[in-house]
Amino acid sequence: MTRSSFEAAARWDRPREENDVIPGEFIYHRPSSVAEALAILASHGDEARPLAGGHSLIPMMKLRMAAPEHLIDLSGVADLKGIRDEGGSVVIGAMTTQHELIASELLAAKLPIIRETSLLIADPQIRYMGTLGGNVANGDPGNDMPALMQCLNATYLAAGNGGEREIAARDFYEAAYFTALAPDELVTAIRIPVPAAGHGFAYEKLKRKVGDYATAAAAVILTRDGSTVTGCSIALTNVGDTPLLASEAAEIVTGSGLDAATVDRAVAAAEAITNPAADGRGPAEYRTKMAGVMVHRALARAFERAGS
Amino acid sequence: MNDMTPTREQREAALEGMGCKRKRVEDIRFTQGKGNYVDDLKLNGMLFGDFVRSPYAHAKVTRIDASKALELPGVVAVLTAEDLKGVNLAWMPTLAGDVQMVLADGKVLYQNQEVAFVIAENRYIADDAIQLVEVDYEELPVLVDPFKAMDADAPVLREDLAGKTEGAHGPRNHHNHIFNWSVGDREETDRAFAEAEVSIKEMISYHRTHPSPLETCQCVASMDKVSGELTVWGTFQAPHVIRTVASLLSTIPEHKIHVIAPDIGGGFGNKVGAYPGYICAIVATIVTGQPVKWVEDRMENLSTTSFARDYHMTTEIAAKKDGTVTSLRVHVLADHGGFDACADPSKWPAGFMNIVTGSYDFPTAHLSVDGVYTNKAPGGVAYRCSFRVTEAAYCIERGMDILAKKLGMDPADLRMKNFIRPEQFPYHSALGWEYDSGDYHTAMQKAMDTIGYRSLREEQKARQEAFKRGETREIMGIGVCFFTEIVGAGPSKNCDILGVAMFDSAEIRVHPTGSVISRMGSKSQGQGHETTWAQIIATEIGIPAADIMVEEGNTDTAPYGLGTYGSRSTPVAGAAIALAARKIRNKAQMIAAHMLEVSEYDLEWDVDGFQVKGNPGLRKSMKEIAWAAYNAPPPNLEPGLEAVSYYDPPNMTYPFGAYFCVMDIDVDTGVAKIRRFYALDDCGTRINPMIIEGQVHGGLTEAFAIAMGQEIRYDEMGNVLGASFMDFFIPTAVETPHWETDHTVTPSPHHPIGAKGVGESPNVGGVPAFSNAVNDAFGFLGSTHIQMPHDAWRIWKAAKELGAHG
Repeated sequence: MTRSSFEAAARWDRPREENDVIPGEFIYHRPSSVAEALAILASHGDEARPLAGGHSLIPMMKLRMAAPEHLIDLSGVADLKGIRDEGGSVVIGAMTTQHELIASELLAAKLPIIRETSLLIADPQIRYMGTLGGNVANGDPGNDMPALMQCLNATYLAAGNGGEREIAARDFYEAAYFTALAPDELVTAIRIPVPAAGHGFAYEKLKRKVGDYATAAAAVILTRDGSTVTGCSIALTNVGDTPLLASEAAEIVTGSGLDAATVDRAVAAAEAITNPAADGRGPAEYRTKMAGVMVHRALARAFERAGS
Repeated sequence: MNDMTPTREQREAALEGMGCKRKRVEDIRFTQGKGNYVDDLKLNGMLFGDFVRSPYAHAKVTRIDASKALELPGVVAVLTAEDLKGVNLAWMPTLAGDVQMVLADGKVLYQNQEVAFVIAENRYIADDAIQLVEVDYEELPVLVDPFKAMDADAPVLREDLAGKTEGAHGPRNHHNHIFNWSVGDREETDRAFAEAEVSIKEMISYHRTHPSPLETCQCVASMDKVSGELTVWGTFQAPHVIRTVASLLSTIPEHKIHVIAPDIGGGFGNKVGAYPGYICAIVATIVTGQPVKWVEDRMENLSTTSFARDYHMTTEIAAKKDGTVTSLRVHVLADHGGFDACADPSKWPAGFMNIVTGSYDFPTAHLSVDGVYTNKAPGGVAYRCSFRVTEAAYCIERGMDILAKKLGMDPADLRMKNFIRPEQFPYHSALGWEYDSGDYHTAMQKAMDTIGYRSLREEQKARQEAFKRGETREIMGIGVCFFTEIVGAGPSKNCDILGVAMFDSAEIRVHPTGSVISRMGSKSQGQGHETTWAQIIATEIGIPAADIMVEEGNTDTAPYGLGTYGSRSTPVAGAAIALAARKIRNKAQMIAAHMLEVSEYDLEWDVDGFQVKGNPGLRKSMKEIAWAAYNAPPPNLEPGLEAVSYYDPPNMTYPFGAYFCVMDIDVDTGVAKIRRFYALDDCGTRINPMIIEGQVHGGLTEAFAIAMGQEIRYDEMGNVLGASFMDFFIPTAVETPHWETDHTVTPSPHHPIGAKGVGESPNVGGVPAFSNAVNDAFGFLGSTHIQMPHDAWRIWKAAKELGAHG
């Protein structure tokens, strides 16, 4: 036992207080393989929920907004971890934490926008627990990774009792917390095509404070030839029920020299697809406009970063 | 003297007395997670209580059926108002002279109001049982907007007050009216306005927020049915008052009630009052004979126990063309929620709002405050400020900026012109206070020079031009605030809580070996009393602070005091400590004289002992004197060395300060960046500069939060919005600006050590400085006043309305 894990264990040995969490009663499962997890999921149907990093599900359970009778903790499934280089794409295990994404040299070299985005998620303590799979599969429109995965045109690898299948991130999200994933399926990995070498990228996120969801955020991947944009992908976070792929805005930009008039048109096109809720972050009008500002700034930064 | 004899300076340093940057002794346990808080307490057979709460803001409660909950294994009892009526506790008195439901008695007046109290073997079962208690509600029209409270057709909130035209503070003129409190000369004020060369009028709102200590309100109540003794451990800023109130309400004699406030994780005013949770836990332990713990969760804390502010202040200033102010007229509409549970001294329904003339020499002024009921949680506590002083400071400091703008004067110059002059102290304000001491001009000049005020104004002008030319999307604001606080409640002639005069106390006992145990009527919630109180004693009686133990919070052992809030501890308890220490020193002098065989008049005090005048080699240290006090006292003098002092202050103290905030605002997102924040505080004599600095940092951080977004909001149905730390703005280290602190020292002439109190100054002065910076940034675009809180979307909205988005 290392010193730090000993100290961690010693802390947990202290008697737990009654008010640490107040969820309803549930049965805790900790499978060690995907097959085992799927079997538990199959036998309990809607009453079971897989648990990844837990940063969305556990707060909801504490508030009793979610009351699963069976909680399937996936942290013991070794097959769900790791980041692999598969030539033209990178495959990331669903239980890979945001901390591990930030630490990965492979991602830093091939998909630097993942590190940039991960660093804007919550705080280090949460990133040690929060996973890419949980972030994309939960269907929370506040999460940052879904829009990024749409921007990168990623594919989710899903395993169910009927076998395995692949679902494009751009087809995955149906409404807030509703996704294409069947109740007996798990997202096991995310496959991301590697953008062209020298691509420009930016994730611009406006938030009230550390740990907050985005008021609005925009992911941009862009390639250029000289002063001309040769390819562009844009997606938006937390300004609708689902992440939003701003394809029209991206098309407007592509082929342009990113002149002010073109950017204004692209921003307007991006704003047009938003449908944000009014909340403590601001009224809908504000959040729509902030989506536009984030697109504007992300485009400028990605363009500057792109090698010509 | 040989070389080993410590020098006078070394002996002085060894004391770690007043003026020393002594490290906080309590932090040794706090930083190791070894504090002892209420929720750490576990007693044999302890039960857990939790509330069924109302989902509605205004509704009749037509039926409560707990039968299903009672069938759940582990549920011991469910209390409702009907049960509490049996012990006459369905309602309880508030500190403000109103009454408040403990549990819903036929209706609810705000969302999350306590409806029933479930007592179970643990918190999980209690929470399960809450879901099983069936309550039928009949919804009533909801009143959220205080400006509509006194409309003729406004819903009746308080049927229990039907026909009562007289409240605790005079006539009520509407069914939702609580009181009107007026002070000042109305006629003279009106005349000054009629004759004014220039005047301004603005409705300045200070929004509803919450003290939000990290540790929520909680208690454990334990009744010993054999001895008839009740022990209550709780998060109490004023444990003695809680005991007296508990005795009066329960009819258990006061000596059979033991109230203990252990370590407290922040209070900020949230833990002054009495809450339904305390009453229910006490009743539950009496009913069950088992200890009962009640712990609020975060949402309960933010949505039910004690909000702060919610003052809507129509502010008028009359002035001459040269900027000399001639009168101030303020009307406040105060939203008190469903019950008037303000934690003010009982005769002060609007606290010390009449400090609203601030630091300026107003010949006349008039203040009128109307309190109204709405369907919101009760409270109105002093969140890190003396009673309503933050509201007053915000009102006058915004008002002075608005006047400066109208006159085309620099806001710092306008303040300088109107300051109360040093020779006017003690100064009698138009609204009835006697300011003890101050040197405002010196403080303001020092602040302006340090921050480079004039060059900042030049830079701002250049940036405004650049913005107009389209070269930048950032605008710059300079927030100026000069505040005067009124703290140290208070003199018994005008301050009491439910009839208990607001003195405070200290007891000091020197042991034979020269170490000390001391106990006070105050109660630290993080202020560092264990450190600073020892420093006062160290300087006064020459015993090292390290040898002095400070103990607070146990009503059985500590002398009676009114507790810690409103920056009252240093002005009141701090004085009692110094005076008790001086009693000890006086006796020590008699003992030293006996030991040295001289007359006590031949002795002089020297750092840590008495020496013979003109022969400093002939001396006795306090350590030697302490031993002699017990074992060889002079004839005719009783042995021992201890003293107690109760201090009824002759006046309040009036700390002041000059704060400057430099802010850059991105008009496209509304995000404000604090470039600099400079805080000069004058709190009189400084006991521990490091603790003062820490207090200022903490208070400024809270002020930053409040001004820039911290808010308890309601929708039109009375649903409380954002009652979690996801939405309720608590800045982290990332958001918190860098603080520059500074000071001047103008001692209080009436306080034994000249100290004035500081903990709340940064909140009082900070909020106007931030808000003035935002308002100052937008002034050149034609804005007069932008309401708080200044979160990004509201700043963006202001920018948009002023045409900054093109």
